[in-house]
Amino acid sequence: MTCREAVEFITDYLEGTLPAATRLEFERHLAVCIACVAYLRTYEQTIRVAAASMAADPPVPEEMVRAILASRGV
Amino acid sequence: MTSVDEDDAALVGRLLAGENAAFEQLVRTTSGKLLATARRILRNDEEARDAVQGAFIRAFQSLPRFRRESRLSTWLHRILVNEALMKLRARSRGPEEESLEPLLPAFAEDGHHRREPVDWSESAETALERAETAGRVRAAIDSLPESYRNAIVLRDIEEMSIAEIAEMLHVSDNVVKVRLHRARQALRTLLEREFGGMK
Repeated sequence: MTCREAVEFITDYLEGTLPAATRLEFERHLAVCIACVAYLRTYEQTIRVAAASMAADPPVPEEMVRAILASRGV
Repeated sequence: MTSVDEDDAALVGRLLAGENAAFEQLVRTTSGKLLATARRILRNDEEARDAVQGAFIRAFQSLPRFRRESRLSTWLHRILVNEALMKLRARSRGPEEESLEPLLPAFAEDGHHRREPVDWSESAETALERAETAGRVRAAIDSLPESYRNAIVLRDIEEMSIAEIAEMLHVSDNVVKVRLHRARQALRTLLEREFGGMK
């Protein structure tokens, strides 16, 4: 497996949808390729950082709550 | 059945019985998260509030058809995402998509990385503790073309499955997967510029 192929399999690898034989090949490639290990680690970190950057819930405007409740006559 | 499920079932029963206090409880306990989701998708406060309001109206109308196969909050979240995506589609936008190509990894003819990837995962961990970092990460996400940005928001932030996203966007699972992979790769490159040079 080349680095190009390994990188294309990352989404399926993380989703757990890689067929067993391909997963084995993918993991064998990672065992000998520092560059792909770095790529995978930062790919996973990208997902975590993206989620963390948008984690906060905004305060809810009271007028929005009232408008929603009014829409069904509460 | 867990106590959370029992609470959910009891609330649904009260909602179906038309109990006003139950509607108020539902709106007050769920609208914060729904508003956050709508803002992430629409990036516009007014449209986000409209989407939440629209989602509740739709949910109130559909309540008799709620089949209790999912949590009430999950069901509401899906209705809201749908509502927000409809608003997004209704916006008159010019043709999308400048190419992501410059942000995707390059490979040599033998299939190896053309340039050794930098492992910036630890420096990102430290940087995230600073408030301004989150703002810069959000700006990087916002700089992606809309369909790619949506893939990241719906899968990685809203934690919807690929199949659910595909159904909502009326595309195949594979289209979502390819879009998501490219979006993450492009964002990874942008974050490497942000975190790659840090010690």
